[in-house]
This record gives sequence, C-alpha cells and structure tokens, in this order.
Amino acid sequence: MIIRNARILGGDPVDLRIDNGLIAEIGPGLGGETVFDADGLLALPGLVDLHTHLREPGREDAETVETGTQAAARGGYTAVHAMANTSPVADTAGVVEQVWRLGQEYGHCDVQPVGAVTSGLEGRQLAELGAMADSAARVRVFSDDGKCVSDAVLMRRALEYVKAFDGVVAQHAQEPRLTEGAQLNEGEVSGRLGLAGWPAVAEEAIIARDCLLAAHVGSRLHVCHVSTAGSVEIIRWAKSKGWDVTAEVTPHHLLLTDACAESSPVGPYNPIYKVNPPLRTAEDVRALREALADGTIDCVATDHAPHPVEDKETEWAAAAMGMIGLETALSAVQEAMVETGLLDWAAVADRMSCRPARIGRLSGHGQPLRVGSAANVTLYDPSVRAPVDPGAMVSKSRNTPYEGMTLPGRVVATFLRGRPTVLEGKVV
Amino acid sequence: MKHLISAGDLGRDDALLILDTAEELARVSERSIKKLPTLRGRTVVNLFFEDSTRTRISFEAAAKRLSADVINFSAKGSSVSKGESLKDTALTLEAMGADAVVIRHSASGAPHRLATWVRGSVVNAGDGTHEHPTQALLDAFSMRRRMGRLEGLKVAVVGDVLHSRVARSNVLLLSTLGAEVTLVAPPTLLPVAVENWPCQVSYDLDAVLPKSDVVMMLRVQLERQNAAFFPSAREYSRRYGLDRQRFAKLHDDAIVMHPGPMNRGMEISAEVADSPRSTIVEQVGNGVTVRMAVLYLLLGGAIGGEVK
Repeated sequence: MIIRNARILGGDPVDLRIDNGLIAEIGPGLGGETVFDADGLLALPGLVDLHTHLREPGREDAETVETGTQAAARGGYTAVHAMANTSPVADTAGVVEQVWRLGQEYGHCDVQPVGAVTSGLEGRQLAELGAMADSAARVRVFSDDGKCVSDAVLMRRALEYVKAFDGVVAQHAQEPRLTEGAQLNEGEVSGRLGLAGWPAVAEEAIIARDCLLAAHVGSRLHVCHVSTAGSVEIIRWAKSKGWDVTAEVTPHHLLLTDACAESSPVGPYNPIYKVNPPLRTAEDVRALREALADGTIDCVATDHAPHPVEDKETEWAAAAMGMIGLETALSAVQEAMVETGLLDWAAVADRMSCRPARIGRLSGHGQPLRVGSAANVTLYDPSVRAPVDPGAMVSKSRNTPYEGMTLPGRVVATFLRGRPTVLEGKVV
Repeated sequence: MKHLISAGDLGRDDALLILDTAEELARVSERSIKKLPTLRGRTVVNLFFEDSTRTRISFEAAAKRLSADVINFSAKGSSVSKGESLKDTALTLEAMGADAVVIRHSASGAPHRLATWVRGSVVNAGDGTHEHPTQALLDAFSMRRRMGRLEGLKVAVVGDVLHSRVARSNVLLLSTLGAEVTLVAPPTLLPVAVENWPCQVSYDLDAVLPKSDVVMMLRVQLERQNAAFFPSAREYSRRYGLDRQRFAKLHDDAIVMHPGPMNRGMEISAEVADSPRSTIVEQVGNGVTVRMAVLYLLLGGAIGGEVK
C-alpha cells in the first residue's frame, strides 16, 4: 500500500510504500495500490504525548481509553502516555496492564501507561515500581502527576531506584505549602481578581531541588509542564552541567496567559482557563517558546485533562483544574512556534515525536520518516485556519480553552503502523 | 448599565450619578413615611451564600423602600446545602422572574458567572476577596457628606488589603472620583503587584496618618495569624491599630471609617470607634440610601432620569 504525494517535514512530494507496518520505500511515482493521496499535505512522524489523562479506570464520565485515544489519533498522535492518577491509582502491575490492554484492544493509538511513584499518590511510600516495569505494560515513566513528590527523601529514593530499569521520574513540580488554596498565577491579575496566588517560586524551588538530587544520585529527571521563565533558567543551568534532565511544556502554556481569567471570549472568571500549573504571564510565555526553540525544553506534552461540563460550569474556586488538548496540540504549536518563525517542521517533529518517544523509551515511535522506520505517519494541512469548535471534538469532554479562537492547521490523516486511524479528519 | 459587579466598571459620571441619586433619595429616608412606589411589581432576590446579616438587611430595606418584592434566599438550609450548583440556583431564580439578583458569595468572580446565566441585573454584594462595590459607593457617599468633596481627598485604607474586597472596590472607585488613596498594611497583607494599582502603598501607619483626611480601618481576621501573616493580634494592633495616640496624629477635621463588623481592640480602639469623628454608624444608614440608588438606577429609571 502507498501514501502518495506527501511532503515529509515540508520537503518535495514523495510516495511512501508501506509493508508490514514499516516504511519499505520512499520516492516519487512508486507503483502499487494507493491507500491515500496526500495531495501535498505535510507528513510528520506520528506524534507522541508524554502526558495524557485518559481517566479510565474511575472517571469514565470524563474520558475513557477509547474516547481519549480517538482524540489522540484525531490530533495526529500514534502513542500517548496515560497518567497514573486514575481510580484506582495506576500504582500496581495489575492497573497498568489493564490500561495497556485497553489501548491495544481499541487500537486508535498505542497507550503507554505511566506508573505512580508512590502508593495511592499519597507521597508516603514508593509504589512497586519494579513490578510495573516488569509487567506487560513495560512502564518506564513514573509520576505522581497532579501531586508533587514533595518529600525530598522519597524523591531521592525514587530517582535512585528507577536506574535499575532505565526509568525516569516525571515530577509535577509544585511545593504544596506555597500553593495551599492557590487559584491563579500570583501576579497582577490574581491581585486584581482577588484569587489566591500561585507563585512561580513554588514550581521553581522544586525543580531546582530535583535537578540537584538527580545530579547527586546520577539519575534521570523529567520535569512535567514547565510554566515559568524561572524554571527555564534552572533547567538550562542543569543541562549546562551535563545532568540528565529533560522537560516538557504544554501547548496552552505556549499560547495563553493568566490575562484570560480576566478577559476572554468566554467572559471573566471562566474556569475553562483554570489549570495546574496555572497560566502564567506573557513574559513566561516568551521564555517557554524560546526554551522550546533552543532545546532547553525538550518536548511538547498536552496534559490533556478532560473534565465533565458540571465540573467547569461553576464559580472559579469550585472548578476542576485542567483542559483538554490532544485534538488542538499541533494547531496550537503551529500558532505559537511555526507562525512565529521559532520552529520549522523538522523541529516540530523532533519536539512532538522523536524526543518524547526517547524520554519515554518507547521503541517503535518517534522514528524519522525513512525506509525501515515504523509507518507511524501524521498528514497535516497547515494552510487552513478555522474557529475551534468544541462540539466537533471526539474527546468525551469539552473543556477546551480555545473556544472562540481561530487556530491554524488540520490533521487530515493518521497512520499507526501503516493502518489508518484517522482519514479526512475522522476517526476510522 | 445592566449590572453592578465591579467598582471598576463605573466611569466618573456613572459613579457621580449614583451618589447624586442617593443624595436625593436620602431626603425620602428622612421622612416619616419612607416608601417610594418606584419598583412596585419588580422582584429583587437577595442570594446570600455567606452569612452577612448587615449587608442583607441593608439591601432588603433598600428594595422595600422602593416597593420592590424581596425574596431572601440564603444558602443555609436551602437546596444549595444539598449540593445544588450556582448555575442551577441561578436558573431557578430566573424561572421565578427575578428582575435583580443581589449576590454575596465566598468565591471571587461568582457574580460574573451568575451574570452569564440570568437575564436580570446582578448586583455584587461582596464576592470572596474580590470586590464589594456598594460598600465603596456608600463609603464615598459618606466621605462626600462629611468632607464636602472627594476630589483631592487623601484617604488611607489600613489593614488586610490582600483579603479585602472593600479595599479593592474603594481603590477603584475613589481613584475614579479623584481621591488619593494610600494603602497601609504589613507587607504580608498586600497583594503582589499592588504597586501597579492606582494608589500609593505604605508599611508605616504613623507616617501616613498626619497627611490623611480620611482613615478607613479594615477588619482583620484573627485566623490570619495562624497562616503567619502576622505574629500575633497584639503585635498587629501595636503596629497597625488605630488607638487614641495614633488618632491624635490626625488633623482636626479628619474622619475615621470602618466597613464593619469591627474587632474593637484589634484594628480600632473603642474610644476611636465611638468618637464623633467616626462615621461608622452613619455608614450603615448611608448604605441603605446608596443601595436604593443602585437598585433604582439599574431597575427603575433610565440613567439620567429624574427621581420622582
């Protein structure tokens, strides 16, 4: 089977022959049956998300493995890392295997479970990390995401322990005492709106500590959803020391600021913008974009966090934190990074596919589109521009922060090991 | 104007119209029969999610003096305590035909959310640590009555600015009306970036008092000491309380205000609170008058209309 006339990373149109889920041949005018005529669409390696909340088991009212992976495929993803803060928590081999198997069963994209660092995300005792690593799910990324591993000794032990199986601890950096009751980035807007401040230092202090701990024990640290200019400086410094620290940024932190809480197309105090970590200032956005461009921040991760309508149609303080992002991630990155000239498409492929796959130790994903690679392909039309329509999304939840905005680009087709999961923008 | 949610939404002309309307309505309050027929047949709902008897009865008296039908809806013992959402409460009031909803809520921004779900006017009667615009209006009204002007008036607002909706609304309204506000508080009780607000900031009450025409003391909650905002009530009182010695530093015409309820002996001493230069009791009476003006202008007369 053949995908015709695709521009790999924006190059000249070529045909890709796919055999047994691999790219067998690349060149112009290949003979054989056409599966899809890309007609000049951009071809990227299938996107990989390091940070997805699929909500199953436990909150199937917000999202399921089935609907979440459909949303992922529609966003151009061929693999997602499913975060551990489910109910029950993914802190045992049994739960991670269940999530992994559901992903295999539905087949919209590969689901790589993330294991909890501590039992029940309680921050008291290490979960059985080795059992999860050895399970069928082959867990390599461990995170208490949603909660910070704030205890310095526990964090040190976790970092040390995962070295045995080349794991990585993905830290949700949030000093809990500094953020008690916090609602919005602490700054001009929070002061005016009378919302309890969420200081940047609460994130930065934990990142600094964790970088030092990772260096001390010679382990691998990944920093989830970096949101402040100060965090970028600390990570840049840690990397300059040669320490094994990686970091991600979300599309919404690249595009939106805390000013959205005060004025937006959906009105002031609309909790659609309530998220953890909070939206920060324009200065932070600028620093995050530069850091993603220069590689200080390794990758984009969605932190896709579905919530049912009733958890967002409330007063700000009562609302759940988080926003969905799988179906808009590539468009948001195009808007923030490509339209601004900070990244070309090769770099987008690097930040949204190659590097996240490498950090997660996902074999079979994040490979460049060349002969011998897995045929994970995203076909994208960067030339269109349209209003974001929450109603058209396939995620079970509708809490997108982009309602009322127009964004560029559209994922036209996604192929997982040669099999189409999305065609003409629709889930297959 | 449809709603009154933030003092910042009021331009100079709007604010002066409310104060002037209140001045006319004050004459009614001085009559033995205090009632006007203006809002007959209109329904005002007092939707109170926080206990605040003072503010609720003030709005209730204001609406009744304008002959409106008043429904008091308090969250305790209602469907809200059974887990009903703000939105469902709003839709219920909407279905009952509320022309205005006066809302007091512990969450900042709750009136903004409410305004997206109801067709009637929304009046913010205090939202979390955000704003309390009718308090600022009655404060401005009280100042103008006592001092004869607002333009150029030097107003010190002293206390827990960080958690105070009264301070936020007063800074916005008074700066619009040309007064010069200085916020005075320990650094822990000032919001980040307060230097960008339209006012001055000081940590030193003794330095600010001699230059002030009006001193507005804010209520300081004792619980704040548990969160390390200040070491103890005694220390707070020594550094930021208005006692007789500090009161003596004010010039002879200066006045003392407090939105109530007071912590006597904490932010204000009893003899200062009860002195003839304190407006604290007047503020309560003026509250009814100013709230009448707000309801009248939002529901009854067109802006600029005459009070009959």
